Amino acid sequence: MKKKGFFKNEGVQSFIASIICILLGLLIGFIVLLFINPKGAGEAMLRIIQNFLKWNRSEKQIESLGNTLVKTAPLLMCSLSILFSYKVGLFNIGVAGQYVAGACAALIGVFGLHWNWVGCILLAAAAGAAFGVISGLLKAYCNVNEVISGIMLNWIALYSTNMILSSYTVAGRKDTPELASSVETAKAIIPNAGINKLFNGNKYVGLGIIIAIIFAFLVWILLSKTKFGYELKATGYNKNAAKYAGMAEKRNIVVTLGIAGLIAGIGASLLFLTDFSQWDINQTSVPAMGFNGIASAFLGGLNPIGAIFSSYFIQHITDGGSNVDLTMYCSQISDLISAIIIYLCSFTGLIRYLFKSGIFSKKKDRPEENANAEPEQPAPVETTAKGGNE
Amino acid sequence: MNMVIILIQYTLLFATVLSLVALGGCFAEHSGVINLGLEGIMVMSALAGALTFKYLGSDASAIVIILAVLVVSMLAGVIYSTLLGIAAIRLKADQTLVGTAMNMLGTAAATVIAKAVNLAEDPTKPSSEIKYVAGRKAFLFVEGYEFNVFMVIALIALIGAYIVLYKTRFGLRLMACGEHPQAADSVGINVAKMRWAGVLISGALGGLGGICYITAGVSSWKFEVGVAGFGFLALAVMIFGQWKPSRIAFAALLFGFFRALSNVNSGFEFLKNLNIPSGVYNMLPYVISLIVLAFTSKNSRAPKAEGIPYDKSMR
Repeated sequence: MKKKGFFKNEGVQSFIASIICILLGLLIGFIVLLFINPKGAGEAMLRIIQNFLKWNRSEKQIESLGNTLVKTAPLLMCSLSILFSYKVGLFNIGVAGQYVAGACAALIGVFGLHWNWVGCILLAAAAGAAFGVISGLLKAYCNVNEVISGIMLNWIALYSTNMILSSYTVAGRKDTPELASSVETAKAIIPNAGINKLFNGNKYVGLGIIIAIIFAFLVWILLSKTKFGYELKATGYNKNAAKYAGMAEKRNIVVTLGIAGLIAGIGASLLFLTDFSQWDINQTSVPAMGFNGIASAFLGGLNPIGAIFSSYFIQHITDGGSNVDLTMYCSQISDLISAIIIYLCSFTGLIRYLFKSGIFSKKKDRPEENANAEPEQPAPVETTAKGGNE
Repeated sequence: MNMVIILIQYTLLFATVLSLVALGGCFAEHSGVINLGLEGIMVMSALAGALTFKYLGSDASAIVIILAVLVVSMLAGVIYSTLLGIAAIRLKADQTLVGTAMNMLGTAAATVIAKAVNLAEDPTKPSSEIKYVAGRKAFLFVEGYEFNVFMVIALIALIGAYIVLYKTRFGLRLMACGEHPQAADSVGINVAKMRWAGVLISGALGGLGGICYITAGVSSWKFEVGVAGFGFLALAVMIFGQWKPSRIAFAALLFGFFRALSNVNSGFEFLKNLNIPSGVYNMLPYVISLIVLAFTSKNSRAPKAEGIPYDKSMR
C-alpha cells in the first residue's frame, strides 16, 4: 500500500512544515539581530545554533549537552501535557501553573517531609493534577474557558508557591537550598543510574530524561492505541456527538486536564529534584518552561514522538541564546525565535493544505487558497480521524 | 482619610486599564474573532509609548507629549494586531494558538528591543528597564495625585463603544458578523472587512490600555515581566461584563478595586493588623476573577460565532 507518494504521507508533511517553521523563525531572528547590531549578528546566530558545540574539547561538549538534556526533560513533559489536551480539544495554557504547583509540591516533599525521590515525584504529580482538575471542573460544569482559568491559575500558583517555599529558605537567601547540602534532602535527588558517565560525569544527568521519554511513548500509546484515548479524542472532535454516543463528555474534560496537569507536575519535579536549579522565591513571572512547551508541542506536529525532538530543539536554541555576546544582544533573542516559530506553527494547517492542493505535484493549477471547500480545520481533527499518524 | 483617596485613585487607575482593554476584546469578539493576544498588544504598545516618552525628552510641552504618546501607542497596537488579523481572518488559523503566540512574541520582542536600546547607550548595563519620570507627569491633572487623562479617555471610550455598537449601522453590522456571519454575508455585508475592523479597533484600544498600565503609579517599567496577565484579567472583565460596555465599566471597577488593594494594603491600619502576607493580596484579583467567572459563565451571552473562521462555502 505504498502508492500514496512521499509527499502525501501526513508524517512527512508535518515534518516538512516544522522544518519550514524553524527556518523561517531562524531567518526572522537573524534579521532582528542584524537590526540591533549588524557587526556581530552572524556570530550571535552561530552561537544560538551551536549551543554546546561552542566548546573546543569534546568532553566539555558532551558535558554541556548533558545540561541541555536535563532541561529538555521538563520541557518535553510540558509539551506532552499541551499536546495531549489539545488532541482532546482543550488548550491547556495552565500548563505553566501546573508546572509551578509540581515544583512546589516536590520541594515540600524534600524540605518539609524529607521523602525520597519517588515520593517527591508522586507528590508533584498529585499537585499538578489537582491544578489541572480545577481548570477541568470549571470548564465542564461552569463553562469557564480553560485558557482564561489557566492563566489565572498560573498566577495563583506562582504567588502561593513563592509564599510556601519562603519558609524553607535560609535567612537572607532568595533561593531554596541545594538538595545535596544535607543528608536528609540528598535522598530526594533523582538517581544518575550510571547515565551521567555517558556525559563526562555530569552529575545532573540521570533518570529524568529517560522518564520523560517513557512518558512520550505512554502518551502516544494512550492516544492512539486505547479505547479510552479514542473516547477522549472523540470528545475533542465533537462534544455533542461524543455525548450522544454514550461517552461521559464532562468527565472526559476533567480527566484530560487532570492527566495533563499530572504530566506537567512530574515535569517540574524532574528538574527541581536534580539540583540543577533552585526555586527563586522572589520571581515575579511564571516560568517560561510551560510556554516553551506550547512551542515544542506544535513544532513536533502534535505527535508525542515528534515532541521528543522538537523539545530538544527548543531547549537547544534557548541554551544557545545564553551564549550570545551579551554586550551587544540579550539571551531573550531565543525566546523571540521560539515565539515566532509558534506563530508560524499556527499556519501548519495551511502548509499541509498547500500540499494537498498539489503545489508539490505537477498536477493542474492550484485553486484559490480562500474560496476552497476544504475546511481549514485545526490539526487535531485530521489526526483524530486516522488515529495517530506515525 | 488620605488612604481612602489613594485607594480610590488606584481603583480608578486599574479600572481604566481594564475597561479600555476589555472594550478592545469586546470589539474583536463582537466581530467574531477571539483576541487572546491582548496581552501581547498591551506590551508592544506600552513599549512604543515608553520609547516615545524617552525620545521626546522633558522639554516638549505637555500637550505634545500626550498626543504623541497616545497616537504612537494606538498605532503600535493596531500594527501589532494585524498579526492576529492575517492569521485569523485571512489564513483561518487557530485563534487560541495565534493569540498565545502573540503574547509570547510581545514580551520577548519588547524585552529584546528595550535591552537593545539600553545596550546601545551603555554596553555594560543590559537591562530591559525604560524610565519616563518627566513624561508621565504630563498625563496627571494634579501634582501628587494619580488622576490622569486616561480616565477621561476610558469614559469617552465606554460611552463611544455603547453608541457605536448599538446605535450605528457599522456597530450593528459588526455584531451581526459575530452572531451569524452567514446571514450577514447573505445580505451583502463583507464579513472579512468587518472582522478586520473589529480586530484593528481592538488593537487600538488594547494599545491605549497598555500605555495606561505602565504609567499607572510607576515611572519606569521592566519589559521582561510583560503586563502580568492583565490582558487576561481584562478578558475576564469582558466576560463578567457580558460583552456590554455598561456592564464592563462596572466589572472593571470591581476588579480594579481588588488589584488596587495589593498596592495600598500596607497603608490601612486594620489590614496591617490582620498580618496577611503580601502574596495573598497579589493573587487576590486572579482568585476573584476565577470565582466570578465560575458563577457567571454558565449563562454566558458570548457572540455565537466567535472563534470560528468564516468560510463562505460552508454557508
